[in-house]
Amino acid sequence: MTRNLFLTTATAALIAAGLPALAQDCPIKVGVLHSLSGTMAISETTLKDTMLMLVDEQNAKGGLLGCQIETVVVDPASDWPLFAEKARELISVHDVDVIFGNWTSVSRKSVLPVIEELNGLLFYPVQYEGEESSKNVFYTGAAPNQQAIPATDYFLEELGVEKFALLGTDYVYPRTTNNILESYLKSKGIPAEDIFVNYTPFGHSDWSKIVADVVALGADGKKVGVISTINGDANVGFYKELAAAGISADDIPVIAFSVGEEELSGLDTANLVGHLAAWNYFQSAESEANDAFIAAWKAKMGEERVTNDPMEAHYIGFNMWVNAATEAGTTDVDAVREKMWGQEFPNLTGGTAVMGVNHHLAKPVLIGEIQDDGQFDIVSQTSEVPGDAWTDFLPDSAVLISDWKDLGCGMYNTETKTCVQIKSNY
Amino acid sequence: MTKIFQRFLFCLLCLLGAPALAQEADAPIQQLLQHHGEIIAKSSRKTIAPAIDALAASGLPAAQQVLERWQAKEMWRDETSGLFVFAEEIDRDTLRIFDPANGTEIGAVPDEGYKQLKPNSGIRGMIGAALVQFQLSAPDPVTRATALDAIERDPDASHLLALRNAVGNESDPALKARKARLERLLTIRFDTDTATRIEAIESFAGDPAVDVRATLNPLVATRIEVATAAPQGDDIARILSVGSDALPRAAAYALLVEDGLVAPVLSRAEKRAALIAHLRDGAVGGYQVAQLDREDARDAAYAKLAETGAVAAVATEAEVSAALDAHVFYERFIGAPPIVARAALRALDAIETKVNLNRAADLVLDALSLASIYFLAAIGLAITFGVMGVINMAHGEFIMMGAYTGYVVQQVIPNYTVSILAALPIAFAVTFLAGVAMERLVIRWLRHRPLETLLATFGISIALQQIAKNIFGTQARPLTSPAWLDGSLVLNDIVSISYIRIAIFVLALVFLALFLFVMNRTRLGLEVRAVTQNPRMAASMGINPDRINMLTFGLGSGIAGIAGVAIGLYAKVTSEMGQDYIVQSFMTVVVGGVGNIWGALVGAAMVGSLQKGIEWFNPSNTLAAQTYMILFVILFIQFRPRGIIALKGRAAEA
Amino acid sequence: MSDLTLSAPTRRRPLVLRHPSVLVFLVVLALFTLGVTLLSEGIGLGVISTSFIKTLGKTLCFCLVALAMDLVWGYCGILSLGHMAFFGLGGYAIGMWLMYERTRRIIVDSLATAELPATPQEISDGIASQIFGVVGASDFPPIWAFAHSLPLQLAAVIVAPGLLALVFGWLAFRSRVTGVYLSILTQAMTLALALYLFQNDSGLRGNNGLSGLQNLPGLDLVPQSTVSLWFFWASALALGAGYLFCAWLVSGKFGSVIRAIRDDETRVRFLGYPVEGFKLVVFTLTAILAGIAGALYYPQAGIINPAEVAPIASIYLAVWVAIGGRGRLYGAVIGAAFVSLLSSWFTGGQAPDLKIGSLHIQWVDWWTVLLGLSFVAVTLFAPKGIGGLVDLAARIKSPNRHGADLGPGAGALREREADE
Repeated sequence: MTRNLFLTTATAALIAAGLPALAQDCPIKVGVLHSLSGTMAISETTLKDTMLMLVDEQNAKGGLLGCQIETVVVDPASDWPLFAEKARELISVHDVDVIFGNWTSVSRKSVLPVIEELNGLLFYPVQYEGEESSKNVFYTGAAPNQQAIPATDYFLEELGVEKFALLGTDYVYPRTTNNILESYLKSKGIPAEDIFVNYTPFGHSDWSKIVADVVALGADGKKVGVISTINGDANVGFYKELAAAGISADDIPVIAFSVGEEELSGLDTANLVGHLAAWNYFQSAESEANDAFIAAWKAKMGEERVTNDPMEAHYIGFNMWVNAATEAGTTDVDAVREKMWGQEFPNLTGGTAVMGVNHHLAKPVLIGEIQDDGQFDIVSQTSEVPGDAWTDFLPDSAVLISDWKDLGCGMYNTETKTCVQIKSNY
Repeated sequence: MTKIFQRFLFCLLCLLGAPALAQEADAPIQQLLQHHGEIIAKSSRKTIAPAIDALAASGLPAAQQVLERWQAKEMWRDETSGLFVFAEEIDRDTLRIFDPANGTEIGAVPDEGYKQLKPNSGIRGMIGAALVQFQLSAPDPVTRATALDAIERDPDASHLLALRNAVGNESDPALKARKARLERLLTIRFDTDTATRIEAIESFAGDPAVDVRATLNPLVATRIEVATAAPQGDDIARILSVGSDALPRAAAYALLVEDGLVAPVLSRAEKRAALIAHLRDGAVGGYQVAQLDREDARDAAYAKLAETGAVAAVATEAEVSAALDAHVFYERFIGAPPIVARAALRALDAIETKVNLNRAADLVLDALSLASIYFLAAIGLAITFGVMGVINMAHGEFIMMGAYTGYVVQQVIPNYTVSILAALPIAFAVTFLAGVAMERLVIRWLRHRPLETLLATFGISIALQQIAKNIFGTQARPLTSPAWLDGSLVLNDIVSISYIRIAIFVLALVFLALFLFVMNRTRLGLEVRAVTQNPRMAASMGINPDRINMLTFGLGSGIAGIAGVAIGLYAKVTSEMGQDYIVQSFMTVVVGGVGNIWGALVGAAMVGSLQKGIEWFNPSNTLAAQTYMILFVILFIQFRPRGIIALKGRAAEA
Repeated sequence: MSDLTLSAPTRRRPLVLRHPSVLVFLVVLALFTLGVTLLSEGIGLGVISTSFIKTLGKTLCFCLVALAMDLVWGYCGILSLGHMAFFGLGGYAIGMWLMYERTRRIIVDSLATAELPATPQEISDGIASQIFGVVGASDFPPIWAFAHSLPLQLAAVIVAPGLLALVFGWLAFRSRVTGVYLSILTQAMTLALALYLFQNDSGLRGNNGLSGLQNLPGLDLVPQSTVSLWFFWASALALGAGYLFCAWLVSGKFGSVIRAIRDDETRVRFLGYPVEGFKLVVFTLTAILAGIAGALYYPQAGIINPAEVAPIASIYLAVWVAIGGRGRLYGAVIGAAFVSLLSSWFTGGQAPDLKIGSLHIQWVDWWTVLLGLSFVAVTLFAPKGIGGLVDLAARIKSPNRHGADLGPGAGALREREADE
């Protein structure tokens, strides 16, 4: 043990001594921009703890570029304008080299102008609606084609669903995702009258009428499926009502994009067995890296804690950043960005994640059935799917691509062969 | 102990070079599985059919068990030899495997090298449908019911005959009725004889069940077609007029374009692309590029271009009208022979009225349920606000406190029924004490300063919320209802209400009765009414107003705690749950009228049914319903500033 | 009315002489602005970072809206729990122009290289799909009809909150809704507005709100360090002007009447004053003030979304004023500045953790509890708030009514009585 420590220190010292030209300011600072209070604290606190764990592990391995890594944690308190303020503070006052943070799309949109203005670097770990590619952001969560589209395909092909209920919480991610899905379903020959869309407010709890509406959809003899982009704790009431109405997954399957292990821990899942979720990661995935990750997490946070998809996104994102910075020999944003393109790192689910030039990851898509222990049984796993910043299923964005390496543009119109804008739309 | 030792020995054996386990690799069932090995391993609904069909039709005695075990995710595959086995997981790493040919145990092996087959629910449905033939007349009624479930989910023409054969010898009356009904449904769908089908259709007249409509609706499917003259024939459902809801003008024209009967109308982008394609020396159609920054200039340029024949002419508005006038649009039955389709249409018409009535009834139930939740949430507030004139912004947090109490009790007492029965009084006690403490420490000192009470209780509200967050974390906590409250009371496929909502409704009634009893029939109630009407006079009669206020406030808070348990059961338990109900509770009390329990009742009924009513008109947007409900309440207050049931005379000034 | 004016024949002294606090405040504000400017990153020594300048600028806007709140609550006795709705409306009004104009420039630039010159329709479609693409729409809702024009949207900063306040106030005051009823009604108003804005169909981008507001159209080359100073100055100017305006308003007869309404509405009505009219004027004026503050605030915050007008925001506004001390203008300003800065310090993670034995108190977790409880304490024990300290220093005593109740505005300073 001591010997190991000694060796590590010695190596670190050697590396530090051996690279005098790359005078890196020690310590290297990593900003963590996750809400620790307010409505989003539910989800984001976990990610803050994940980052602290990852940084500790990296420091134990000898840090980065001969420096120890120091985390700067701030609390934007689920207040969107505060995200912009705290991001500015992180970059200009605390001089962080990289920021890991944000959950909601609106918080990301709030931070974008600041990150772009100050040329910061942000790793965004949550599945989102796409239609964006910023020079200064790496999106480690799923784009719609890595979650929503494969899930819909699964419904169409494997479950034979012919009529769709798109239920969502009323905010950007469900709105845009449902828009893309509507357009996708129509392209697959599903008529508009077979797509039922409903939006509910955050934290909605009175689901009886909506569930009844969904059941009534089956009246024309077509198999009904629910695609749920319901967010956060509104899911609790929704699934309870679903269970009370006795809707089995064999009759009306529900696939959720925002329900993971963490959300299920607030529920008794006995009545929900067989309903589905689509993610890029499930805790039940079998791989050694995953076992080690889960063990480390439980050791740090307690036995009853679970791991989830955005945590894996941070795991991949952080390790890729470490590797890119090591390759670049510096944490300078422009140098690291160039090394990030094509950067590879093993997924926790097996296989390898690759960072594309559009700043999105290639990751496998997993579909899991809910089990009675609150975990997911993986029933479908694809090979790695590259994330697509601009969806192909909306006419406006089908002509757009993002390529920061060769085109140097995140919003390039392939029809007019022009870069629509260098900065993002926010 | 010996078992462990055995297992240890076994594992040792396995490690020592995996002895060839006794398994019949050439049993017919195994060979059949091997023949389809690839598609079974691929496990996709699109390709799996041959394997399932082959198994079902094989006539092998083991086929049924293979299908059942496969469906139950109990079939595994040896990755090296490709052989299929049944397996049970003994622990995380060990399997007990069985030979599919005869079900004999082969032994326990480590799970490495074996891959579980995980048929998704689509495949499981197909397997279920294939199993029907084995299960329909099985001795176990549960198995027979499973078979009926499978038919309902995935009906097939082959099931009709099997079902007809199985109806007669069914002994269980309930299953027999189900089978007979299912047989009629399948007759409608698959029978070849028109008269039998029509007879079956007519037997369902007025049955609003979803499966009946699901069977009938595909029969009346139509396709819109177009012709130049009015069509003749039995299978014409109806003639459509252009511009009606069923056929908007644009859709009608699109049909003509699709059939190649007329020239299309170009979109702006298409026109632009055509112009760009014919751009020569900075000009097109006699227009300079710089001039083309307006739509009418582009139209003119395109028209010029069309005159030269470079691009196809587009239809003008007059031509569109002429083309539409020249054609007749009609719907043709495509789902079934016309006579069957018409019979189905008649049956559906009869069902339709019934469905609407039932929907209305269901809506009323929903509204009642929501109203009872609001009433339960507001009743405590009605007491504190109505009787004492104290605005308690922390009322929502008392609800939250009650729900968390329920959660904690459930952690201590694992039996859900006992824990809920224990949680109700405990929640009442906890919030009663909290309410009393708050009254003594804060509210008592702010008497006659309602605005400051409002602000102070708000301060307590945010503090309590954050404390709950610090103790219980931000994640929603489970509060699980006992099994006898699971599920719903189903009157028919449309009208149903979950038992938990019924329980809440009953609870609300109980509290209404309890409140009326306490206020009208007990000493405490008398004293409360006296203090409400005239505290000084009451004091001089020997009533201690401080004590009464304290008790009243405690009572209101205690009921909020019980409401919390109830709400937590049907929705969620989070630190912010109180916020969801506080505004609605205030609305309820304000709309109903202060100082009167009946007011709260009427207010809750009104707010609840209003919200459901608006949702009914705008089903895709629940948020709008809440917005308009609040706007309505604001306007309502204009006309009845003191609520529906306003106190008159002196009491109103108190 | 006129005979009242006649009954005061002596010429009144100038405002600042009658109320030295106004002069003191303006001087302090000017010195503060000057000092911050000199220390700023933009043109000064660079001691104060741009992000802190923005924080200070935003705090000044909070002070302005707190002034409005003080006027309506501390002086007129209307506890409005909906004034942040007006603040938000002001922000939305200016945000629409900022967003439209910035996007228009991007679209015009990107279409400039196209083969055919862009038609007005194409430009408008381009802007719409850029702005609304995020929320899955691509048409301009009618509410954006004036977004192309800065003057019209600036007018909307005043008209939108003013009109809403006028209509709502007229309805509410006309039917004599008072006290806690009115508070709940105003809360319902802001909740309804928030819920409405949350809908995507509202045409204001739903939950996403309007973003990127810190980038002024056409001034891409001006660094944020400079822009932040401009807004800081503008906020300071607005606060100074607003303070002067409020001081002038409450020092005259108008002020006496609204204070009288606060203390005993019925009596004022019996004296023949149109109480409803006075209340409506105060309500509308303060709504406009709040709108202006919002229009200055959101370009500094960078984003506005419906959560900003949620009821909780307005309640915090009341908290600031109560802690600062209502019924005195400087109290509101001190309260807003003190609480909001303290709040951002505690939630920023800068506050050191507290260790009491085995108890490990992280302020991020416990700050809200502290705020809530201290708020209760202020209401109970120090209804005058921080402003009470000024009274102590200036040896102003509260009137002694021998135990009789001071009425609904107990915390407010009664000038006449206090002078005695």
